[in-house]
Amino acid sequence: MSQKKTLPPVVWESGLVVKPVYTAADRPAAPPEEPGAYPYTRGILPTMYRERPWTMRQYAGFGTAAETRERFRYLIDHGQTGLNVAFDLPTQCGLDSDDPMAEGEVGRVGMAVDTLADMEEAFLGIPHDEISVSLTIKGSAVAIMAMFFAMARKRGYPLADLRGTAQNDILKEFVGRGTWIFPVEPSVKLVVDTMEFCARNVPRYSPVSVCGYHIRESGATPAQEVAYGLAIASAYVERALARGLPVDDFASGISFNFDVHGNLWEQVVKLRAGRRKWAKIMRERFGAQNPRSLQLRMIAGGGGGGLTIEQPENNIVRGAYYALASALAGTQTMALCCYDEAYTIPSEHSARLALRTMQILMHEVGACDTVDPLGGSYFVESATDEMEALIDRILAGVEAEGGIVQAIAEGRIQAEVNLQAYELEKKLRSGETPKVGVNRFVEQEAERPVELHPYREEEASKQVARLAQKRRERDGAAVERTLAALRAVATRGDNVMPAVMDAVEAYATIGEICGELRAVFGAYREPIRF
Amino acid sequence: MTTAPGKIRVLVAKPGLDGHDVGAKLVCRALSEAGMEVIYTGLRQSPAAIARAAAQEDVDVVGLSILSGAHLPLCRRVKERLHAEGLDDVLWLVGGNIPARDHAALKQLGVSGIFPTGSPFAALVEFVRAHVAREPEPS
Repeated sequence: MSQKKTLPPVVWESGLVVKPVYTAADRPAAPPEEPGAYPYTRGILPTMYRERPWTMRQYAGFGTAAETRERFRYLIDHGQTGLNVAFDLPTQCGLDSDDPMAEGEVGRVGMAVDTLADMEEAFLGIPHDEISVSLTIKGSAVAIMAMFFAMARKRGYPLADLRGTAQNDILKEFVGRGTWIFPVEPSVKLVVDTMEFCARNVPRYSPVSVCGYHIRESGATPAQEVAYGLAIASAYVERALARGLPVDDFASGISFNFDVHGNLWEQVVKLRAGRRKWAKIMRERFGAQNPRSLQLRMIAGGGGGGLTIEQPENNIVRGAYYALASALAGTQTMALCCYDEAYTIPSEHSARLALRTMQILMHEVGACDTVDPLGGSYFVESATDEMEALIDRILAGVEAEGGIVQAIAEGRIQAEVNLQAYELEKKLRSGETPKVGVNRFVEQEAERPVELHPYREEEASKQVARLAQKRRERDGAAVERTLAALRAVATRGDNVMPAVMDAVEAYATIGEICGELRAVFGAYREPIRF
Repeated sequence: MTTAPGKIRVLVAKPGLDGHDVGAKLVCRALSEAGMEVIYTGLRQSPAAIARAAAQEDVDVVGLSILSGAHLPLCRRVKERLHAEGLDDVLWLVGGNIPARDHAALKQLGVSGIFPTGSPFAALVEFVRAHVAREPEPS
């Protein structure tokens, strides 16, 4: 026997303790699991990437619709297989480009959209049967989704066949990111309106991508990220069921968005455990039968919270590890933050590097060779079990205190993750949590070699002028009529989506549409805590 | 509510539409742990509302957190509103995603201290303490 040495403990962010070695004894009675079969721990498909490699979908969009379309074309020409649309803050907050609060923000962090005309311009010539589009929109999602559907239909793509995704997870927006508009309850109602509308009219579209991502970015641990994400998704399912929709008619329209940064193994096991837990929730709690209702489909990668301002090129290397973790965890779609994202809207150069990072992984080093390559590892399987148990405990805690919607409405989740973010920041400052370039291997740095994305005031003015012109050209009576109808529908508590579709087709603006809804639902007031 | 005399009063505000508030909340906590009285506005405040709050709360320091890149247009409007409220002398700080090339323009507007993402809390606390005159020294 060798001499026993005491090794320093390894504890993951979620609190799980990692042993130096794992053996068969760690999982004596584990049932055999197969990929593509319930509970899908090893992946949602029997062949995974051998048959269907992940979709690469970088987040892009800035300025006017025409400028954004150029970047879309650039990404498609370089081999990107899906689009992930960024909208500017006024669009995300349901404000027109000429609103006083929009000053200085038009087209800055994404594409400006005021009316259907902007959506038509952005996607001109982009084939919707080949390139799937993800809309990163929340508070104003009913208007933006309606514009996207109206645009596709006008261009001859029947809604019955239209594929794509909207982020549209408003509950996480109250925890982090903050582009809410309406109070919590009506906000959730609007999400469920889109789920119902899509189940009936756009059945192949995924109307909600539940984001653990931003909750993690706000300070949650990986286990909390997955647990809160599953709790939020369950809340949407409950409300859709309460409308009498059969679970298998809408459940496959829910997908997930998870964050990958931090400990490599912890990220892999949180996603494997999350996939297993979701399958169990859907089958055992909600009675879903269709395999597609049970399968947790995700976009993973990103990892913004792991990137650093210091030594920005290190972020390219981090991105490669995040991509590897995402592939090892069996994600369906991948997007990576660009190395300059802590400073600016990514340059073409850095956006291409992120894309190349994923392409090298897919085409060069064998990440797609076999399904769930870590499956059966004593360590990974045992840690997956422990992570699932931890997620269970967090979920039970949320339920015991009145559920996730109430916890978010009262600001309890926010208070918890904010405190954790502060504790983590202190550990980074003190060096207790190692971070290369920040508290290890620090260098004195001069000006950073990062090219800053220019904000062009004239593009913003162009957008405001374009909006004014559209207001003049459109049929004012039709706008008034459809907006009045929308207000009536919202007041009755009916599904607003058909009325929003009518309004966008009359070229009502996003500000007008959200204004009607605000008049009925009121505006959110955030609980001020820090 | 009364506050201990001599406590430095700080308003932390999020102007504009940017919803990234992790940093602002970290700063709030760090300043209050350092013994300051911190008032946080929450998201989506207009420059007018921020200046009004600064006047009503009688603060020594106004700190803006901006990550969207809109710091120059926003700070121009905040400056006008601070002036309108008679707050030209308030210690004005800006934090967030503020590239070095814009620092001079912000200083020109009257911003006293710029604390880009990643600035240590200690530096911020020290800066505030050095610039806010508290109780006059007994002579």
